Amino acid sequence: MPPRVNPEKCDGCNAQEEPLCEQVCPGDLMTLNESGKAVCRENSDCWDCMSCTKICPVGAIETRMPYQLGYHGAKLIPMVGTNTITWTSIDINKKVERFRFKTRID
Amino acid sequence: MTLKIPENLENISTEIIETDLLIIGGGNAGCFSAIEAKKLNPDLKVTIMEKAHISRSGACSAGMDAINTYIPEGKTPEDLVRWCRSQVGGGPLREDLVLSCAEELNESVDDLEQWGLPILRDDDDNPRYRGKWDISIHGEALKPIMAEKAIEVGAEVYNRIVGSALLMSGDQCIGAMGFGVRNGKFYIFKAKATIVATGGACGLYKSYTSDSTDSHHQTWMCPFNVGTGYAMGIKAGAEFTSMEQRWVATRSKDFCGPIDTISVGYKSNIINAKGEKILEERYAHLGGDQAPRYIRANAPMEEWLEGRGPTYADTTHLSDEEVKDLKVDYLNERPSYVLFLAARGQDITKEPIEIYGSDPYIVGGHTGSGYWVEMDRMTTIKGLFAAGETAGGNPNKFVGGCAAEGKLATRGAMKYMDALELPETDMEQVELEKKRIFEPLFKGTDFDGVKPREMEERLQRLMDEYAGGSSQFYRTNEERLNYCLKHLKKLKNDVQYLQAGNLHDLMLAHEVIDRLDVAEIVCHHLSHRKETRWQGWQTRSDYPETNPEFDCFVESRLNTETNEIETFTRPYEQIIQGDRYKE
Ligand SMILES: Cc1cc2nc3c(=O)[nH]c(=O)nc-3n(C[C@H](O)[C@H](O)[C@H](O)COP(=O)(O)OP(=O)(O)OC[C@H]3O[C@@H](n4cnc5c(N)ncnc54)[C@H](O)[C@@H]3O)c2cc1C
Ligand code: SF4
Ligand code: SF4
Repeated sequence: MPPRVNPEKCDGCNAQEEPLCEQVCPGDLMTLNESGKAVCRENSDCWDCMSCTKICPVGAIETRMPYQLGYHGAKLIPMVGTNTITWTSIDINKKVERFRFKTRID
Repeated sequence: MTLKIPENLENISTEIIETDLLIIGGGNAGCFSAIEAKKLNPDLKVTIMEKAHISRSGACSAGMDAINTYIPEGKTPEDLVRWCRSQVGGGPLREDLVLSCAEELNESVDDLEQWGLPILRDDDDNPRYRGKWDISIHGEALKPIMAEKAIEVGAEVYNRIVGSALLMSGDQCIGAMGFGVRNGKFYIFKAKATIVATGGACGLYKSYTSDSTDSHHQTWMCPFNVGTGYAMGIKAGAEFTSMEQRWVATRSKDFCGPIDTISVGYKSNIINAKGEKILEERYAHLGGDQAPRYIRANAPMEEWLEGRGPTYADTTHLSDEEVKDLKVDYLNERPSYVLFLAARGQDITKEPIEIYGSDPYIVGGHTGSGYWVEMDRMTTIKGLFAAGETAGGNPNKFVGGCAAEGKLATRGAMKYMDALELPETDMEQVELEKKRIFEPLFKGTDFDGVKPREMEERLQRLMDEYAGGSSQFYRTNEERLNYCLKHLKKLKNDVQYLQAGNLHDLMLAHEVIDRLDVAEIVCHHLSHRKETRWQGWQTRSDYPETNPEFDCFVESRLNTETNEIETFTRPYEQIIQGDRYKE
């Protein structure tokens, strides 16, 4: 399930020595293209761990379900806060669910 | 960022790092090894060589929703050994190793909580048990928490360095070699003692979803752990145990999501197409829902084989509140599974969750596969220690046990290195390894070569169809194994044609090379065990019954003179009293 990068939002992690999505991907899959935007080298090699999606500071990455496995239009969006994370899930029938929990003890 | 690739071997720069303790793989076990070393001796130089980035690498990259083992009040480490033994059908297992991990277990889990891991607690402030031994956590940040601690205590971390081979002096391990997947450098780590903790091996077998575009890595296990830690030892002639005891997990069908969470944590029955409670009804004599893990993993696939699929984890009894909790658990361990449910538009209180068996993996934190080790976790190679999924004989370690074993390996390594002087490095092996590593990069554009992915897919199909993958309902026989071994030799011969266009591809090339070594010994082990002891994990259609003669460990070792794999057995010793098949 490949990450899809929105080039309008991605700023290539401007000031960073290494873009954050590139830094975290356990499979060395995220990299910048010639225009300085993040891309996944090989969609089929992604493990769907969502590390890149969670860490992107501008929310430019969407994790997509391959159509071969699930139907069109679902979304799962993380919002990472200090010691918490909030997830919004939107299913193919437009049902919205929200989940918020602690990721670390304060 | 894309780097200009050097044009030839002479342009590859070499970096030499000298250290006291080298840890190959900064995962769950590796981080604990490093932290323990710095605790015991803050002056010790501790170096981690990590293929990915330590903050999100290995099995725990996506997070965890449980610690599968934590000894509850009123139970003892010996009780945990009994449970562990019953889960692997009475063994054989190394009860001495299991017990030593059990004794360290709770403290290791308590460490995690102290470092900031949220462990869910009941009204009396006791950890909230999901089943008998496993406790619930909010482990989204489990990996960064371990990594930050390792860095905080002063371990030196080399990220994006892919370990490729051990550095040897005669029969003694004095470190390891590898390459930088980002900077294209060759690395030599010289160390007084080395701990290998690279996790298990994924991608030996084909995943049944891998034919669908974009789903090649729809696997239970982290697909970036490919068994390099095993391959390094195989090449150096180390002894391996129980490699035929493959791990197969029951997963949600089509999208590889966790099922234990639902079946154990939310008391969902496993049912077949007719709504029969398979475990309760068909496997009552083996313990029903409490049956050994391999039975539970194999049962749904037997239903499919017999024409009674699909199979499900029946979630239709859950309340809305429970569904919400369940999804929070998923979001902690495999968030993308919640996206899958959304993409199916599935209300799991109306439609149960469909389940299927995974492709087989080699993971010594789950079954007994891995290096044969002594109590101090030294392998049969002097100076080389193993921990976590890489170390064998000691099943059901999971997060807590891998952490505990990381500590134990460090203690062993530190004792060993006391008063040890590093011998001179033989530079010939170093030059040979450098050449071996970078060769696929320098084939030239006119070269008619083989892509790493092509070889990987050939290997995975071969193993799937001939060495008992999911398409064959995990069954194999002598003829198929011989076929497989014959073709593995051909694949090994074709390694010379592997071609890599960039450093990432170079990593993929070495991943498939390492998998070939591991796959080969897996076939030899499967072939040696002429019986069926753990259906699903190890099923021989030509020897469908258990044979008491094989109530022992199957071992293997590369004979470095003949370059052939030799297999033999070692006896099992029951140390903890009681019925081997019961908790
Ligand atoms: C999907 C999934 C869910 C799980 N759920 C649970 C659960 O809920 N509860 C539980 O207790 N256990 C669970 N487990 C098991 C548990 O996560 C593992 O047993 C344990 O974390 C493994 O630890 P390890 O250190 O052996 O391997 P890992 O943590 O995987 O570490 C291996 C490290 O080695 C690195 N590496 C690999 N190759 C090389 C190389 N060539 N050179 C350098 N570095 C390398 C990797 O990048 C990684 O950092 C789960 C496992 C998986 C895969
Ligand atoms: S983390 Fe986000 S902003 Fe940074 S490079 Fe990646 S996609 Fe672009
Ligand atoms: S989801 Fe995980 S594996 Fe896939 S590209 Fe992102 S970080 Fe890498």
